[in-house]
Amino acid sequence: MENISAILYLIAAVLFILALKGLSSPVSALRGNLYGMVGMLIAVVTTFLIMDKPVLALIGAAIAGGAVIGAWRAKTVEMTGMPELVAAMHSLVGLSAVLIAVAAIFHSGVEHTPVQKVELFIGAFIGAITFTASVVAFGKLSGKFGSKAVSFSGQHLLNLILAIAMVGFGIVYFVSDSHAAFLAMVAVALVLGVTLIIPIGGADMPVVVSMLNSYSGWAAAGIGFTLNNPVLIIAGACVGSSGAILSYIMCRAMNRSIVSVLLGGFGAEPAAAAAGASGPKNYKSGSAEDAGFLMSNADSVIIVPGYGLAVSRAQHALQEFAELLHEAGVKVRYAIHPVAGRMPGHMNVLLAEAEVPYEQVQEMEEINSDFANTDVVLVIGANDVVNPAAQKDKASPIYGMPILEAHKARTVVVVKRSMNAGYAGLDNELFYMDKTMMVFGDAKKVVEDLVKSVAH
Amino acid sequence: MIDPFITSLTVFVLAVFVGYHVVWNVTPALHTPLMAVTNAISGIIVVGALLQVVDINGEAITLTSVLGAIGIFLASINIFGGFLVTQRMLDMFKKKKR
Repeated sequence: MENISAILYLIAAVLFILALKGLSSPVSALRGNLYGMVGMLIAVVTTFLIMDKPVLALIGAAIAGGAVIGAWRAKTVEMTGMPELVAAMHSLVGLSAVLIAVAAIFHSGVEHTPVQKVELFIGAFIGAITFTASVVAFGKLSGKFGSKAVSFSGQHLLNLILAIAMVGFGIVYFVSDSHAAFLAMVAVALVLGVTLIIPIGGADMPVVVSMLNSYSGWAAAGIGFTLNNPVLIIAGACVGSSGAILSYIMCRAMNRSIVSVLLGGFGAEPAAAAAGASGPKNYKSGSAEDAGFLMSNADSVIIVPGYGLAVSRAQHALQEFAELLHEAGVKVRYAIHPVAGRMPGHMNVLLAEAEVPYEQVQEMEEINSDFANTDVVLVIGANDVVNPAAQKDKASPIYGMPILEAHKARTVVVVKRSMNAGYAGLDNELFYMDKTMMVFGDAKKVVEDLVKSVAH
Repeated sequence: MIDPFITSLTVFVLAVFVGYHVVWNVTPALHTPLMAVTNAISGIIVVGALLQVVDINGEAITLTSVLGAIGIFLASINIFGGFLVTQRMLDMFKKKKR
Protein backbone atom coordinates (compact mmCIF):
# COMPACT_ATOMS: atom_id res chain seq x y z
CA MET A 1 0.00 0.00 0.00
CA GLU A 2 2.77 2.41 0.93
CA ASN A 3 4.45 1.91 -2.42
CA ILE A 4 1.23 2.47 -4.33
CA SER A 5 0.52 5.64 -2.40
CA ALA A 6 4.06 6.88 -3.04
CA ILE A 7 3.59 6.37 -6.78
CA LEU A 8 0.22 8.14 -6.69
CA TYR A 9 1.76 11.07 -4.79
CA LEU A 10 4.48 11.22 -7.44
CA ILE A 11 1.83 11.44 -10.17
CA ALA A 12 0.09 14.24 -8.28
CA ALA A 13 3.38 16.14 -7.93
CA VAL A 14 4.11 15.80 -11.64
CA LEU A 15 0.61 17.10 -12.43
CA PHE A 16 1.25 20.16 -10.25
CA ILE A 17 4.47 20.89 -12.12
CA LEU A 18 2.60 20.53 -15.43
CA ALA A 19 -0.02 22.97 -14.12
CA LEU A 20 2.71 25.57 -13.63
CA LYS A 21 4.38 24.70 -16.90
CA GLY A 22 1.08 25.24 -18.76
CA LEU A 23 1.14 28.91 -17.83
CA SER A 24 3.78 29.60 -20.47
CA SER A 25 0.91 30.44 -22.85
CA PRO A 26 -2.81 31.21 -22.39
CA VAL A 27 -3.77 28.27 -24.60
CA SER A 28 -1.92 25.60 -22.62
CA ALA A 29 -2.79 27.27 -19.30
CA LEU A 30 -6.38 26.02 -19.22
CA ARG A 31 -5.21 22.44 -19.70
CA GLY A 32 -2.58 23.06 -17.02
CA ASN A 33 -5.21 24.21 -14.57
CA LEU A 34 -7.11 20.99 -15.20
CA TYR A 35 -3.92 19.00 -14.50
CA GLY A 36 -3.63 20.87 -11.22
CA MET A 37 -7.17 19.93 -10.20
CA VAL A 38 -6.65 16.28 -11.09
CA GLY A 39 -3.37 16.29 -9.16
CA MET A 40 -5.12 17.64 -6.09
CA LEU A 41 -7.86 15.03 -6.35
CA ILE A 42 -5.29 12.23 -6.62
CA ALA A 43 -3.34 13.56 -3.64
CA VAL A 44 -6.44 13.73 -1.44
CA VAL A 45 -7.76 10.28 -2.43
CA THR A 46 -4.31 8.77 -1.90
CA THR A 47 -4.20 10.25 1.58
CA PHE A 48 -7.46 8.50 2.43
CA LEU A 49 -5.88 5.21 1.32
CA ILE A 50 -3.06 5.50 3.85
CA MET A 51 -5.13 6.91 6.72
CA ASP A 52 -5.89 4.74 9.69
CA LYS A 53 -9.53 5.21 10.82
CA PRO A 54 -10.30 8.65 9.36
CA VAL A 55 -13.16 10.59 10.96
CA LEU A 56 -15.15 10.90 7.75
CA ALA A 57 -18.02 13.06 9.03
CA LEU A 58 -15.64 15.74 10.26
CA ILE A 59 -13.53 15.63 7.10
CA GLY A 60 -16.56 15.73 4.81
CA ALA A 61 -18.05 18.72 6.61
CA ALA A 62 -14.73 20.60 6.52
CA ILE A 63 -14.18 20.01 2.80
CA ALA A 64 -17.77 20.89 1.92
CA GLY A 65 -17.63 24.11 3.93
CA GLY A 66 -14.34 25.13 2.34
CA ALA A 67 -15.59 24.25 -1.13
CA VAL A 68 -18.68 26.43 -0.79
CA ILE A 69 -16.77 29.46 0.50
CA GLY A 70 -13.90 29.04 -1.97
CA ALA A 71 -16.20 28.65 -4.97
CA TRP A 72 -18.30 31.61 -3.88
CA ARG A 73 -15.26 33.89 -3.54
CA ALA A 74 -13.84 32.70 -6.88
CA LYS A 75 -17.14 33.51 -8.60
CA THR A 76 -17.79 36.89 -7.02
CA VAL A 77 -14.36 38.50 -6.67
CA GLU A 78 -13.77 41.61 -8.79
CA MET A 79 -10.61 41.47 -10.87
CA THR A 80 -9.44 44.67 -9.17
CA GLY A 81 -9.78 42.75 -5.90
CA MET A 82 -7.48 39.87 -6.93
CA PRO A 83 -4.53 41.06 -4.79
CA GLU A 84 -6.72 40.99 -1.68
CA LEU A 85 -8.07 37.54 -2.51
CA VAL A 86 -4.57 36.21 -3.07
CA ALA A 87 -3.34 37.75 0.19
CA ALA A 88 -6.29 36.21 2.03
CA MET A 89 -5.47 32.80 0.59
CA HIS A 90 -1.85 33.09 1.68
CA SER A 91 -3.05 33.71 5.21
CA LEU A 92 -5.21 30.56 5.09
CA VAL A 93 -2.24 28.41 4.11
CA GLY A 94 -0.21 29.96 6.92
CA LEU A 95 -2.94 29.33 9.46
CA SER A 96 -3.48 25.73 8.37
CA ALA A 97 0.26 25.10 8.69
CA VAL A 98 0.12 26.37 12.27
CA LEU A 99 -2.96 24.29 13.08
CA ILE A 100 -1.42 21.15 11.64
CA ALA A 101 1.79 21.65 13.60
CA VAL A 102 -0.12 22.23 16.85
CA ALA A 103 -2.39 19.27 16.10
CA ALA A 104 0.68 17.09 15.58
CA ILE A 105 2.20 18.28 18.88
CA PHE A 106 -0.98 17.32 20.75
CA HIS A 107 -1.37 14.02 18.87
CA SER A 108 -1.32 11.73 21.89
CA GLY A 109 0.76 8.59 21.68
CA VAL A 110 3.05 9.97 18.98
CA GLU A 111 6.68 10.56 19.93
CA HIS A 112 8.52 13.08 17.80
CA THR A 113 12.19 12.54 16.97
CA PRO A 114 14.59 15.47 17.42
CA VAL A 115 14.64 16.07 13.65
CA GLN A 116 10.83 16.10 13.53
CA LYS A 117 10.75 18.60 16.38
CA VAL A 118 12.95 20.99 14.43
CA GLU A 119 10.75 20.49 11.37
CA LEU A 120 7.59 21.16 13.37
CA PHE A 121 9.18 24.29 14.74
CA ILE A 122 10.12 25.55 11.29
CA GLY A 123 6.75 24.69 9.71
CA ALA A 124 4.85 26.36 12.56
CA PHE A 125 6.83 29.59 12.66
CA ILE A 126 6.85 30.14 8.90
CA GLY A 127 3.12 29.40 8.90
CA ALA A 128 2.47 31.81 11.77
CA ILE A 129 4.45 34.65 10.17
CA THR A 130 2.73 34.01 6.82
CA PHE A 131 -0.66 34.08 8.51
CA THR A 132 -0.47 37.41 10.33
CA ALA A 133 1.69 39.10 7.68
CA SER A 134 -0.88 38.17 5.02
CA VAL A 135 -3.73 39.44 7.18
CA VAL A 136 -1.92 42.80 7.46
CA ALA A 137 -1.20 42.78 3.71
CA PHE A 138 -4.87 42.01 3.05
CA GLY A 139 -5.89 44.93 5.26
CA LYS A 140 -3.50 47.29 3.48
CA LEU A 141 -4.60 46.19 0.02
CA SER A 142 -8.31 46.45 0.77
CA GLY A 143 -7.77 49.87 2.31
CA LYS A 144 -8.93 48.74 5.73
CA PHE A 145 -5.67 49.71 7.49
CA GLY A 146 -4.37 52.37 5.09
CA SER A 147 -1.65 51.32 2.66
CA LYS A 148 1.08 53.65 3.90
CA ALA A 149 4.20 52.27 5.46
CA VAL A 150 4.20 52.51 9.25
CA SER A 151 7.61 53.08 10.71
CA PHE A 152 8.73 53.78 14.25
CA SER A 153 12.13 53.99 15.81
CA GLY A 154 13.59 50.75 17.06
CA GLN A 155 11.41 48.54 14.88
CA HIS A 156 14.37 46.53 13.59
CA LEU A 157 15.56 46.03 17.17
CA LEU A 158 12.05 44.94 18.15
CA ASN A 159 11.98 42.42 15.29
CA LEU A 160 15.36 41.08 16.34
CA ILE A 161 14.23 40.66 19.95
CA LEU A 162 11.05 38.90 18.80
CA ALA A 163 13.04 36.60 16.54
CA ILE A 164 15.40 35.70 19.37
CA ALA A 165 12.46 35.08 21.72
CA MET A 166 10.82 32.86 19.09
CA VAL A 167 13.95 30.75 18.64
CA GLY A 168 14.39 30.69 22.43
CA PHE A 169 10.95 29.20 23.01
CA GLY A 170 11.68 26.77 20.19
CA ILE A 171 14.80 25.59 22.00
CA VAL A 172 12.86 25.21 25.26
CA TYR A 173 10.32 23.04 23.41
CA PHE A 174 13.10 21.02 21.81
CA VAL A 175 14.76 20.27 25.14
CA SER A 176 11.73 19.88 27.41
CA ASP A 177 8.97 18.79 24.99
CA SER A 178 6.84 21.46 26.66
CA HIS A 179 3.63 22.16 24.74
CA ALA A 180 3.40 25.57 26.38
CA ALA A 181 6.80 26.57 24.98
CA PHE A 182 5.67 25.51 21.51
CA LEU A 183 2.51 27.61 21.78
CA ALA A 184 4.54 30.57 23.11
CA MET A 185 6.84 30.21 20.10
CA VAL A 186 3.81 30.31 17.77
CA ALA A 187 2.43 33.37 19.58
CA VAL A 188 5.72 35.27 19.18
CA ALA A 189 5.86 34.30 15.49
CA LEU A 190 2.33 35.65 15.02
CA VAL A 191 3.41 39.01 16.45
CA LEU A 192 6.57 38.97 14.33
CA GLY A 193 4.45 38.54 11.18
CA VAL A 194 2.73 41.84 11.97
CA THR A 195 5.84 43.81 12.91
CA LEU A 196 7.71 42.60 9.82
CA ILE A 197 5.02 43.75 7.40
CA ILE A 198 3.71 47.05 8.82
CA PRO A 199 6.77 49.10 7.75
CA ILE A 200 6.27 48.02 4.13
CA GLY A 201 3.64 49.73 2.04
CA GLY A 202 2.75 51.94 -0.86
CA ALA A 203 4.46 51.02 -4.09
CA ASP A 204 6.14 48.00 -2.49
CA MET A 205 2.87 46.09 -2.01
CA PRO A 206 3.30 43.96 -5.18
CA VAL A 207 6.59 42.72 -3.75
CA VAL A 208 4.97 41.93 -0.42
CA VAL A 209 2.19 39.94 -2.06
CA SER A 210 4.72 37.94 -4.09
CA MET A 211 6.90 37.38 -1.04
CA LEU A 212 4.01 36.05 1.03
CA ASN A 213 3.17 33.78 -1.89
CA SER A 214 6.65 32.38 -1.47
CA TYR A 215 6.31 32.04 2.32
CA SER A 216 3.04 30.13 1.98
CA GLY A 217 4.88 27.62 -0.20
CA TRP A 218 7.73 27.23 2.27
CA ALA A 219 5.18 26.73 5.06
CA ALA A 220 3.57 23.88 3.13
CA ALA A 221 6.99 22.36 2.42
CA GLY A 222 7.89 22.65 6.12
CA ILE A 223 4.82 20.63 7.10
CA GLY A 224 5.77 18.15 4.35
CA PHE A 225 9.11 17.59 6.08
CA THR A 226 7.38 16.90 9.39
CA LEU A 227 5.12 14.33 7.81
CA ASN A 228 7.77 13.03 5.40
CA ASN A 229 5.25 13.58 2.67
CA PRO A 230 6.88 14.09 -0.75
CA VAL A 231 3.88 15.67 -2.51
CA LEU A 232 3.69 18.38 0.14
CA ILE A 233 7.41 19.02 -0.14
CA ILE A 234 7.41 19.19 -3.95
CA ALA A 235 4.29 21.35 -4.24
CA GLY A 236 5.47 23.61 -1.42
CA ALA A 237 8.94 24.01 -2.92
CA CYS A 238 7.52 24.89 -6.36
CA VAL A 239 5.16 27.48 -4.87
CA GLY A 240 7.99 28.82 -2.72
CA SER A 241 10.35 29.33 -5.64
CA SER A 242 7.53 30.75 -7.77
CA GLY A 243 6.84 33.44 -5.19
CA ALA A 244 10.55 34.15 -4.83
CA ILE A 245 10.94 34.65 -8.59
CA LEU A 246 7.92 36.97 -8.71
CA SER A 247 9.35 39.01 -5.83
CA TYR A 248 12.63 39.28 -7.70
CA ILE A 249 10.89 40.38 -10.93
CA MET A 250 8.89 43.02 -9.05
CA CYS A 251 12.00 44.34 -7.29
CA ARG A 252 13.89 44.52 -10.58
CA ALA A 253 10.99 46.39 -12.20
CA MET A 254 11.21 49.02 -9.49
CA ASN A 255 15.00 48.99 -9.26
CA ARG A 256 14.74 48.13 -5.56
CA SER A 257 16.74 45.53 -3.72
CA ILE A 258 14.76 42.94 -1.82
CA VAL A 259 16.62 43.96 1.35
CA SER A 260 15.53 47.59 1.09
CA VAL A 261 11.94 46.49 0.48
CA LEU A 262 12.04 44.28 3.55
CA LEU A 263 13.49 47.05 5.68
CA GLY A 264 10.56 49.10 4.47
CA GLY A 265 9.58 52.74 4.60
CA PHE A 266 9.41 53.55 0.87
CA GLY A 267 5.81 54.74 1.07
CA ALA A 268 6.74 57.24 3.77
CA GLU A 269 9.77 59.11 2.44
CA PRO A 270 9.09 60.66 -1.00
CA ALA A 271 7.62 63.98 0.17
CA ALA A 272 11.14 65.37 0.58
CA ALA A 273 12.33 64.03 -2.76
CA ALA A 274 9.49 65.71 -4.66
CA ALA A 275 10.80 69.14 -3.70
CA GLY A 276 13.42 68.83 -6.46
CA ALA A 277 11.11 70.29 -9.13
CA SER A 278 11.90 73.91 -9.91
CA GLY A 279 9.19 76.56 -10.07
CA PRO A 280 6.01 76.58 -12.15
CA LYS A 281 6.41 75.00 -15.56
CA ASN A 282 4.30 75.23 -18.67
CA TYR A 283 2.24 72.44 -20.06
CA LYS A 284 -0.28 72.17 -22.87
CA SER A 285 -3.74 70.91 -22.19
CA GLY A 286 -6.40 69.87 -24.64
CA SER A 287 -9.87 68.37 -24.78
CA ALA A 288 -10.78 64.75 -25.34
CA GLU A 289 -12.01 65.69 -28.83
CA ASP A 290 -8.56 67.09 -29.72
CA ALA A 291 -6.91 63.93 -28.47
CA GLY A 292 -9.44 61.72 -30.28
CA PHE A 293 -8.84 63.59 -33.55
CA LEU A 294 -5.09 63.23 -33.11
CA MET A 295 -5.28 59.48 -32.56
CA SER A 296 -7.81 58.68 -35.27
CA ASN A 297 -5.46 60.32 -37.77
CA ALA A 298 -2.38 58.49 -36.54
CA ASP A 299 -0.88 55.37 -38.07
CA SER A 300 0.12 53.84 -34.78
CA VAL A 301 -0.96 54.32 -31.18
CA ILE A 302 0.46 52.74 -28.04
CA ILE A 303 -1.69 52.84 -24.92
CA VAL A 304 0.09 52.87 -21.55
CA PRO A 305 -2.47 51.91 -18.88
CA GLY A 306 -1.77 52.36 -15.19
CA TYR A 307 -3.64 51.40 -12.07
CA GLY A 308 -5.57 54.71 -12.22
CA LEU A 309 -7.36 53.23 -15.22
CA ALA A 310 -8.62 50.28 -13.22
CA VAL A 311 -9.57 52.46 -10.26
CA SER A 312 -11.92 54.53 -12.41
CA ARG A 313 -13.14 51.35 -14.21
CA ALA A 314 -12.32 52.79 -17.60
CA GLN A 315 -10.89 49.61 -19.14
CA HIS A 316 -14.08 48.62 -20.97
CA ALA A 317 -14.50 52.06 -22.51
CA LEU A 318 -10.81 52.05 -23.41
CA GLN A 319 -11.20 48.72 -25.19
CA GLU A 320 -14.13 50.18 -27.14
CA PHE A 321 -12.00 53.19 -28.11
CA ALA A 322 -9.08 51.00 -29.18
CA GLU A 323 -11.47 48.87 -31.23
CA LEU A 324 -12.78 51.97 -33.05
CA LEU A 325 -9.21 53.10 -33.79
CA HIS A 326 -8.40 49.61 -35.00
CA GLU A 327 -11.39 49.66 -37.37
CA ALA A 328 -10.20 53.05 -38.66
CA GLY A 329 -6.92 51.37 -39.64
CA VAL A 330 -4.78 52.57 -36.72
CA LYS A 331 -2.29 50.08 -35.32
CA VAL A 332 -3.16 49.90 -31.62
CA ARG A 333 -1.12 48.20 -28.93
CA TYR A 334 -0.98 48.26 -25.15
CA ALA A 335 2.32 48.55 -23.27
CA ILE A 336 2.40 47.00 -19.82
CA HIS A 337 4.97 47.88 -17.19
CA PRO A 338 5.64 44.96 -14.79
CA VAL A 339 4.39 47.01 -11.82
CA ALA A 340 1.31 48.45 -13.54
CA GLY A 341 -1.13 47.18 -10.96
CA ARG A 342 -1.23 45.92 -7.42
CA MET A 343 0.31 42.51 -8.11
CA PRO A 344 2.41 40.85 -10.83
CA GLY A 345 0.44 40.59 -14.08
CA HIS A 346 -2.53 42.42 -12.62
CA MET A 347 -2.98 44.86 -15.53
CA ASN A 348 -3.00 41.99 -18.04
CA VAL A 349 -5.92 40.40 -16.22
CA LEU A 350 -7.79 43.69 -16.02
CA LEU A 351 -7.36 44.18 -19.77
CA ALA A 352 -8.30 40.58 -20.50
CA GLU A 353 -11.47 41.09 -18.50
CA ALA A 354 -12.28 44.06 -20.75
CA GLU A 355 -11.82 41.68 -23.71
CA VAL A 356 -8.70 43.36 -25.03
CA PRO A 357 -7.19 40.86 -27.50
CA TYR A 358 -4.16 39.11 -26.00
CA GLU A 359 -1.99 39.87 -29.06
CA GLN A 360 -2.41 43.62 -28.62
CA VAL A 361 -0.95 43.55 -25.12
CA GLN A 362 2.85 43.69 -24.94
CA GLU A 363 5.41 43.64 -22.17
CA MET A 364 7.89 46.42 -21.57
CA GLU A 365 10.88 44.61 -23.12
CA GLU A 366 8.92 43.72 -26.26
CA ILE A 367 7.59 47.17 -27.02
CA ASN A 368 10.09 49.67 -25.66
CA SER A 369 12.08 49.95 -28.88
CA ASP A 370 8.89 50.73 -30.84
CA PHE A 371 8.01 53.98 -29.07
CA ALA A 372 10.37 56.00 -31.26
CA ASN A 373 8.40 55.08 -34.44
CA THR A 374 5.00 55.56 -32.89
CA ASP A 375 2.76 58.51 -33.68
CA VAL A 376 0.81 58.82 -30.47
CA VAL A 377 1.24 57.37 -26.99
CA LEU A 378 -1.83 57.52 -24.78
CA VAL A 379 -0.90 57.42 -21.09
CA ILE A 380 -3.87 56.73 -18.81
CA GLY A 381 -3.61 56.59 -15.06
CA ALA A 382 0.13 55.91 -15.18
CA ASN A 383 2.86 58.26 -14.05
CA ASP A 384 6.06 56.96 -12.51
CA VAL A 385 6.43 54.15 -15.06
CA VAL A 386 6.76 56.75 -17.86
CA ASN A 387 8.89 59.26 -15.94
CA PRO A 388 12.06 60.00 -17.97
CA ALA A 389 13.81 61.05 -14.75
CA ALA A 390 14.35 57.34 -14.12
CA GLN A 391 16.77 57.35 -17.06
CA LYS A 392 18.26 60.86 -16.85
CA ASP A 393 18.16 62.30 -13.37
CA LYS A 394 20.71 60.63 -11.10
CA ALA A 395 19.26 62.45 -8.08
CA SER A 396 15.78 61.06 -8.61
CA PRO A 397 14.66 58.39 -6.13
CA ILE A 398 13.45 56.30 -9.04
CA TYR A 399 16.70 56.66 -11.01
CA GLY A 400 17.56 53.32 -12.63
CA MET A 401 14.01 52.00 -12.60
CA PRO A 402 13.17 50.59 -16.05
CA ILE A 403 10.45 52.71 -17.69
CA LEU A 404 8.24 52.63 -20.76
CA GLU A 405 9.89 55.10 -23.11
CA ALA A 406 6.74 57.06 -23.94
CA HIS A 407 8.76 60.30 -24.22
CA LYS A 408 10.36 58.98 -27.42
CA ALA A 409 7.07 58.91 -29.34
CA ARG A 410 6.14 61.72 -31.74
CA THR A 411 3.18 62.85 -29.65
CA VAL A 412 2.14 62.01 -26.12
CA VAL A 413 -1.37 62.32 -24.72
CA VAL A 414 -1.62 62.06 -20.95
CA VAL A 415 -4.98 61.54 -19.28
CA LYS A 416 -4.77 62.58 -15.67
CA ARG A 417 -6.97 63.93 -12.92
CA SER A 418 -4.76 66.98 -12.24
CA MET A 419 -1.10 67.95 -12.22
CA ASN A 420 -0.59 66.26 -8.84
CA ALA A 421 2.40 63.98 -8.40
CA GLY A 422 2.12 60.19 -8.72
CA TYR A 423 2.42 57.28 -6.33
CA ALA A 424 6.07 57.99 -5.57
CA GLY A 425 5.33 61.72 -5.12
CA LEU A 426 7.57 62.80 -8.00
CA ASP A 427 7.11 65.41 -10.66
CA ASN A 428 7.18 64.10 -14.22
CA GLU A 429 9.07 65.94 -16.95
CA LEU A 430 7.06 64.10 -19.61
CA PHE A 431 4.05 66.30 -18.81
CA TYR A 432 5.93 69.48 -19.71
CA MET A 433 7.37 68.39 -23.05
CA ASP A 434 6.40 70.30 -26.19
CA LYS A 435 4.93 67.20 -27.77
CA THR A 436 2.77 66.36 -24.78
CA MET A 437 -0.92 67.15 -24.51
CA MET A 438 -2.54 66.86 -21.10
CA VAL A 439 -6.21 65.88 -20.96
CA PHE A 440 -7.55 66.47 -17.47
CA GLY A 441 -10.43 64.58 -15.95
CA ASP A 442 -11.55 61.26 -14.59
CA ALA A 443 -10.11 58.49 -16.77
CA LYS A 444 -13.49 56.91 -17.46
CA LYS A 445 -15.14 60.20 -18.41
CA VAL A 446 -12.25 61.14 -20.71
CA VAL A 447 -12.18 57.75 -22.42
CA GLU A 448 -15.95 57.87 -22.96
CA ASP A 449 -15.49 61.29 -24.57
CA LEU A 450 -12.72 59.84 -26.73
CA VAL A 451 -15.10 57.12 -27.89
CA LYS A 452 -17.73 59.76 -28.78
CA SER A 453 -15.18 61.84 -30.66
CA VAL A 454 -14.19 59.01 -33.01
CA ALA A 455 -17.56 57.22 -33.36
CA HIS A 456 -19.46 58.85 -36.17
CA MET B 1 19.58 3.13 6.33
CA ILE B 2 19.16 6.71 5.09
CA ASP B 3 17.39 9.03 7.50
CA PRO B 4 13.98 10.03 6.04
CA PHE B 5 15.01 13.63 6.56
CA ILE B 6 17.81 13.25 4.00
CA THR B 7 15.37 11.77 1.48
CA SER B 8 12.99 14.66 2.07
CA LEU B 9 15.80 17.18 1.74
CA THR B 10 16.85 15.64 -1.59
CA VAL B 11 13.30 15.87 -2.89
CA PHE B 12 13.01 19.42 -1.60
CA VAL B 13 16.20 20.74 -3.21
CA LEU B 14 15.39 19.14 -6.56
CA ALA B 15 11.82 20.49 -6.43
CA VAL B 16 13.14 24.02 -5.80
CA PHE B 17 15.21 23.71 -8.98
CA VAL B 18 12.29 22.36 -10.99
CA GLY B 19 10.02 25.12 -9.70
CA TYR B 20 12.63 27.75 -10.50
CA HIS B 21 13.00 26.66 -14.12
CA VAL B 22 9.31 26.09 -14.74
CA VAL B 23 8.27 29.45 -13.30
CA TRP B 24 10.81 31.46 -15.32
CA ASN B 25 9.04 30.14 -18.41
CA VAL B 26 5.68 31.53 -17.32
CA THR B 27 4.72 34.45 -19.52
CA PRO B 28 4.54 37.73 -17.54
CA ALA B 29 0.98 38.28 -18.80
CA LEU B 30 -0.09 35.27 -16.74
CA HIS B 31 1.63 36.16 -13.47
CA THR B 32 -1.66 36.84 -11.69
CA PRO B 33 -3.16 33.46 -12.70
CA LEU B 34 0.19 31.95 -11.64
CA MET B 35 -0.26 33.35 -8.16
CA ALA B 36 -3.85 32.14 -8.01
CA VAL B 37 -2.93 28.63 -9.11
CA THR B 38 -0.03 28.50 -6.64
CA ASN B 39 -2.58 29.46 -3.97
CA ALA B 40 -4.58 26.43 -5.01
CA ILE B 41 -1.52 24.19 -5.11
CA SER B 42 -0.37 25.28 -1.67
CA GLY B 43 -3.77 24.01 -0.60
CA ILE B 44 -1.98 20.63 -0.82
CA ILE B 45 -1.37 21.30 2.85
CA VAL B 46 -4.82 19.68 3.16
CA VAL B 47 -2.94 16.36 3.06
CA GLY B 48 -1.16 17.27 6.28
CA ALA B 49 -4.44 18.32 7.86
CA LEU B 50 -6.24 15.15 6.74
CA LEU B 51 -3.66 12.97 8.47
CA GLN B 52 -4.57 14.58 11.81
CA VAL B 53 -8.28 13.82 11.56
CA VAL B 54 -8.16 10.21 12.70
CA ASP B 55 -9.70 8.19 15.47
CA ILE B 56 -7.16 8.29 18.33
CA ASN B 57 -7.61 5.51 20.92
CA GLY B 58 -11.29 5.19 20.01
CA GLU B 59 -11.95 8.90 20.28
CA ALA B 60 -13.10 10.70 17.14
CA ILE B 61 -13.25 14.20 18.60
CA THR B 62 -9.90 15.21 20.03
CA LEU B 63 -7.99 18.49 20.03
CA THR B 64 -5.86 17.04 17.24
CA SER B 65 -8.78 16.01 15.03
CA VAL B 66 -10.64 19.29 15.52
CA LEU B 67 -7.56 21.40 14.70
CA GLY B 68 -6.95 19.16 11.71
CA ALA B 69 -10.54 19.61 10.52
CA ILE B 70 -10.21 23.39 10.72
CA GLY B 71 -7.03 23.03 8.69
CA ILE B 72 -8.92 20.99 6.07
CA PHE B 73 -11.63 23.66 5.95
CA LEU B 74 -9.11 26.48 5.36
CA ALA B 75 -7.07 24.54 2.82
CA SER B 76 -10.26 23.58 0.94
CA ILE B 77 -11.12 27.27 0.53
CA ASN B 78 -7.73 27.67 -1.15
CA ILE B 79 -8.09 24.62 -3.34
CA PHE B 80 -11.58 25.40 -4.65
CA GLY B 81 -11.15 29.18 -4.65
CA GLY B 82 -7.69 29.04 -6.23
CA PHE B 83 -8.44 26.65 -9.08
CA LEU B 84 -11.82 28.21 -9.90
CA VAL B 85 -10.59 31.79 -9.92
CA THR B 86 -7.64 30.74 -12.09
CA GLN B 87 -10.10 29.11 -14.46
CA ARG B 88 -12.16 32.28 -14.53
CA MET B 89 -9.13 34.44 -15.36
CA LEU B 90 -7.81 32.08 -18.03
CA ASP B 91 -11.24 32.05 -19.69
CA MET B 92 -10.94 35.82 -20.00
CA PHE B 93 -7.61 35.46 -21.77
CA LYS B 94 -9.03 32.87 -24.12
CA LYS B 95 -12.09 34.90 -25.04
CA LYS B 96 -11.94 37.17 -28.05
CA LYS B 97 -9.26 35.11 -29.72
CA ARG B 98 -10.46 35.94 -33.23
